[in-house]
Amino acid sequence: MDKSYPLQTRNLNLYYRKFHALKDVTMSVEARTITAIIGPSGCGKSTLVRCFNRMNDTILGARVEGRILVEGRDIYAPDTDLTQLRKTAGMVFQHPTPFPLSIFDNVAYGPRVHGESRPEELNGIVEQSLQSVHLWDELKDRLHEPALDLSPEQQQRLCIARLAAVRPRIILMDEPCSALDPIATSHIEELMEELVRDYTILIVTHNMAQAARVSKNTAFMLLGELVEYGETARIFQAPKDNRTKEYIGGRYG
Amino acid sequence: MNLTRDRVVSPILFAIASFSITALFVIGVFIFVEGLPVMLRVGVWKFIGSSEWLPLEGKFGILAMIVGSITVAVGTLVVAVPLGVGCAVYLSEFASKRAVAIIKPSIELLFAIPSVVYGFIGVLFIVPFMREHFGGDGHGFNIVTASFVLGIMVLPVIVGISVDALQAVPKVYRDGSLALGATQWQTTTMVTLKAARSGILAGVILGMANAIGETMAVIMVVGNAVVMPNSPLDSVRTLTGNIALEMGYATGDHRQALFATGVVLLVMIMMLNTLTRYVTRKRVARQ
Ligand SMILES: Nc1ncnc2c1ncn2[C@@H]1O[C@H](COP(=O)(O)OP(=O)(O)OP(=O)(O)O)[C@@H](O)[C@H]1O
Ligand SMILES: [Mg+2]
Repeated sequence: MDKSYPLQTRNLNLYYRKFHALKDVTMSVEARTITAIIGPSGCGKSTLVRCFNRMNDTILGARVEGRILVEGRDIYAPDTDLTQLRKTAGMVFQHPTPFPLSIFDNVAYGPRVHGESRPEELNGIVEQSLQSVHLWDELKDRLHEPALDLSPEQQQRLCIARLAAVRPRIILMDEPCSALDPIATSHIEELMEELVRDYTILIVTHNMAQAARVSKNTAFMLLGELVEYGETARIFQAPKDNRTKEYIGGRYG
Repeated sequence: MNLTRDRVVSPILFAIASFSITALFVIGVFIFVEGLPVMLRVGVWKFIGSSEWLPLEGKFGILAMIVGSITVAVGTLVVAVPLGVGCAVYLSEFASKRAVAIIKPSIELLFAIPSVVYGFIGVLFIVPFMREHFGGDGHGFNIVTASFVLGIMVLPVIVGISVDALQAVPKVYRDGSLALGATQWQTTTMVTLKAARSGILAGVILGMANAIGETMAVIMVVGNAVVMPNSPLDSVRTLTGNIALEMGYATGDHRQALFATGVVLLVMIMMLNTLTRYVTRKRVARQ
């Protein structure tokens, strides 16, 4: 089977007003793999992943130049359906952020905003989505309790389930484990390895061990530039760029 | 050095705090001492359960005025809640910075207008309008007119508190919703408003308390007839209006009955306050 690349950027530049946050980034993310983005704090990792579902649109003064292609389509083309884009490329945030609603309503939220209101359909989607993140057995009797009562790990799983409920094909994750303890982190990593059979996953992480463990490809960024991008094993064992070598060797924070 | 300063400052602050509490206490005791005897003599249930208010004949029943205060307060909310919450949602979620810079101070300015001016404008414009277009027993001086006047008056309270409540909703909720493909409007109604609802409710209750407590503007537009209203176009008298209108000439039992009216008012406001505390406490516990 030919490789496909559902996420691509071409000479992507992003400015927060005058601040040049992404510099000429060109990269392609392979389908149904986990791709990690690493780099020191402030190098533009979050900015880059937020480009793919146009979340930077919500930031006043953010301006994009260059092309961003999701499943081959330019997402800044005038006929882009933002809702459709965000259904295709879902996002998991750094801090688990269930809505202040019940567990059920959290998972049913996406389908509901996309027009699904039939109860039996919603029940099915909620069950399936919670199954996919292994929360169903734990929570099936507590579906109408507030989601904010869950543990951080459960909350992050719930956020992934909430996303799964809108049936995306791509999952963007911005440091999804940084608010979790090591055990919860390893559980989420296991989950990612299951999910990657069905989804293309792009994950930002501060944790290089995590990148090395879970990802097939790794991108290293520095000061808004994509310094090096390639197979994870190769990046960690034989980085071509000196800056990558220094970062992996522990020179930058 | 710091320690000695603390030793001086803390008792002073304590004295100031005590003073406010004492003032509240003294007012409360005073009203109860003045008002309770007549209330007990007439009978508490008779006092609040009868609508015969004939002070010169010794008949003190304030039910009509309790109903008057409540209907006006509810009418006020009917006007002010959709306007106020709508305005708050616009300011907090949709308006550009420039629009906010113009609208928010204007609404705050409403708060600075003396209530007698509201009453005056009500008499000049709303009363004749109501009389001509709706008629009714109150000839324009009625519950609806008072609700409009008060509705505009309590708008700043509801808008202010609702905007604060909406802006206290973490951005992550909005981002989470938008990232799922929800529109701005869906995000607002399905997540942001739900997350802010206890704060907004607190603002609404406070607005209601203000409406019940307001006196001058109401007297001017509500007609002040001591009767049980049958329609929103009837004139009513409120508890505050009763005190203000009659205190000037009341003596003896009559005067005491006005204090007793104050007791009832105080209890109503205290109930609303407790409700606010209850509503906001639940919000804190949830997060
Ligand atoms: N809304 C914004 N307005 C202005 N500048 C911003 C904004 N968001 C981010 N920046 C700047 O853009 C740069 C990249 O930010 P970004 O959040 O993408 O970094 P990051 O690599 O995700 O960092 P971290 O590892 O700390 O999350 C930083 O220098 C940051 O200060
Ligand atoms: Mg980041």
